[in-house]
Amino acid sequence: MDFELLDKLTQTFGPSGYEDGIRALIEETIVGLADEVRVDPLGSLVALRRGATGHEKLLLAAHMDEIGLMVTHVEEKGFLRFTSIGGVRAMNCVGGRASFANGATGSIYVEYREDASRVPDLNHLYIDVGATSRDDCPVRVGDTGTFVGPLVRQGTRLISKAMDDRIGCYLLIEVLRRLEQPAYDVYAVFTTQEEITLSGARTSAFRIDPDIAISLDVTATGDLPKSLPMAVGLGQGPAVKVKDAGMIAHPRVRDMLIDAAERAGVPYQLEILRGGSTDAAAMQLVRAGVPSGCLSIPCRYVHSTAEMVDISDVEQSIEVLLQLLQ
Amino acid sequence: MSTLTDHLETLSNARGISGAETGVRRALRPLLEGHVDKLWVDGVGNLFAHKAGTGASPLRVLITAHMDEVGLMVVGHTGEGALRVDTVGSIAARVLPGLSVLVGEDALPGVIGVQAIHRANRGDLDKAPGTDKLAVDIGATGKDEAERLAPLGTPVVFATRFRQLGASCMGKAFDDRAGCTALVALLRGERFPFDLFGVFTVQEEVGLRGAQVAAYTVVPDVGIALEGTLADDLPKEEPDVSPTTELGKGPAITVMDRSYITPPRLLSHFVQVAEAEGLAYQFKQPGIGGTDSGGIHRARAGVPAITVAVPCRYIHSPVSMLRESDLAGLVSLVDVAARRLAPSILDRSA
Repeated sequence: MDFELLDKLTQTFGPSGYEDGIRALIEETIVGLADEVRVDPLGSLVALRRGATGHEKLLLAAHMDEIGLMVTHVEEKGFLRFTSIGGVRAMNCVGGRASFANGATGSIYVEYREDASRVPDLNHLYIDVGATSRDDCPVRVGDTGTFVGPLVRQGTRLISKAMDDRIGCYLLIEVLRRLEQPAYDVYAVFTTQEEITLSGARTSAFRIDPDIAISLDVTATGDLPKSLPMAVGLGQGPAVKVKDAGMIAHPRVRDMLIDAAERAGVPYQLEILRGGSTDAAAMQLVRAGVPSGCLSIPCRYVHSTAEMVDISDVEQSIEVLLQLLQ
Repeated sequence: MSTLTDHLETLSNARGISGAETGVRRALRPLLEGHVDKLWVDGVGNLFAHKAGTGASPLRVLITAHMDEVGLMVVGHTGEGALRVDTVGSIAARVLPGLSVLVGEDALPGVIGVQAIHRANRGDLDKAPGTDKLAVDIGATGKDEAERLAPLGTPVVFATRFRQLGASCMGKAFDDRAGCTALVALLRGERFPFDLFGVFTVQEEVGLRGAQVAAYTVVPDVGIALEGTLADDLPKEEPDVSPTTELGKGPAITVMDRSYITPPRLLSHFVQVAEAEGLAYQFKQPGIGGTDSGGIHRARAGVPAITVAVPCRYIHSPVSMLRESDLAGLVSLVDVAARRLAPSILDRSA
């Protein structure tokens, strides 16, 4: 596993709408691995590997953006109020740290409440960057930040913020590195703005007009204490998406992924996710419609700073994709 | 009164809720004829104005302002001859009781009557009844007459008339007749270096619908949505809270709202232009509301988009208020910033 690459991927700043930095990193990593590389109007990075024989277009999408926050108000005493970029849960923020584009770091906390038993609203939270007044605050309204969570390897598990979806980006890069002669024209698209509107994937798919679209993203697991029932567990293999809150996978695409897993000789799981969706939900409705599906990396604690995946699930996903493309 | 406030008065007084914008289209046409090269209406009711460029710039620019205002629609009739209504677009229940309204094409006056205080229960005085408990009284004496005068689907608007008060203007629907006024001013001005498509969109308030269609048609290189946005700048209990925007501090630029995010380089462009020209501007509080840029940016292969707005107090209520200088400021900022747009600002790979 290219642990160094994954470290750079997870730790590079890039909340939705502000993906320039992560795109530059990925662009530099895939030099020489594609026949054509371009950047779409909304900032998605598109890398084309032409097929030797087939001219069916297969789009693989992994989103570059991570969830984050944007400053909405600087109080007189220098405390910051903020709003979410993407699905940010107040519970996952309190006691954590924010990291701003300009290098400032802040402690995230919650106002004193009489009734501390209920989960607070995001607008009861604030960030302390150590300023004492509005005038000496290094951060301003409109500035963006991400949450702090370094990458740690522990046995077969990997823990980091932004596994969603930098692990998908990692998969896609590894596929480009190891892919030899694809049977399709493969469009590897590193999309923007998935966490807020899916607009990067929607617009990139419009331009490409693919025959098949597959997103690579994380999914939740059902193997935690008192978790909602879900037939996906960490370390049990990549998950082939059947259905989530935004789409029902096209049966042909779902079966192609299952087939590829069987040919690769790796275990796989079938996934139904009740809350949440991926770029595939947008891609399937582009133009006259695109048969779409998703290969998911099981991930615990999604949208927290301690997202956890398993190395074997990651490695096996790459093998499934390589089988799929030949 | 200046031309700008003259036009704002005409457009503010025009009637057009989402899906029934004819009155506004009718008011707009005479303001545009002779100033643009082509005017047409599309299948959902968007009014397109094409102003060819001088040829100096290869860009195709889309600027939008939405014609629709929030209002009510007749959804039933009572036996006594009153109209049952529901909201079109988002209106807080508490602004409705006691409201003066105008019903239908012929603007029949009506009122959302409120029970006299003498008879009201103490406990009810604080509550805002839901729309299902309200009725519009147009003076009809029975159900038949009510059905004849205002059949199902009849649009109902606030009965507010525009007034100018010194440096401020008061009227209904500044969201987004203020934006429409600004767009009219831009279309009536000098030719731009680029081809300009000014589109007065429909159904923004119910889902940014007209804008999506307009961007699909125009296929622009960039989109600018002109709005009237909320200003919550009066003294409050909690003083150290964002006002969202403030009157008198210039046009409000959106960094991010719930429907889209402004590309960083396009944002800096507008800021740099404002600073270079000494134009007042402010940032709207991020994460509030949705605008036509939400519909524009996702059209086809994607369009970099930005929303710039006039701060208005009390939007989505019967009477809103703005400062004339902010409206003039919006026109100036967008005019200069648009003229200085270059492909390098929009190109994400640079």
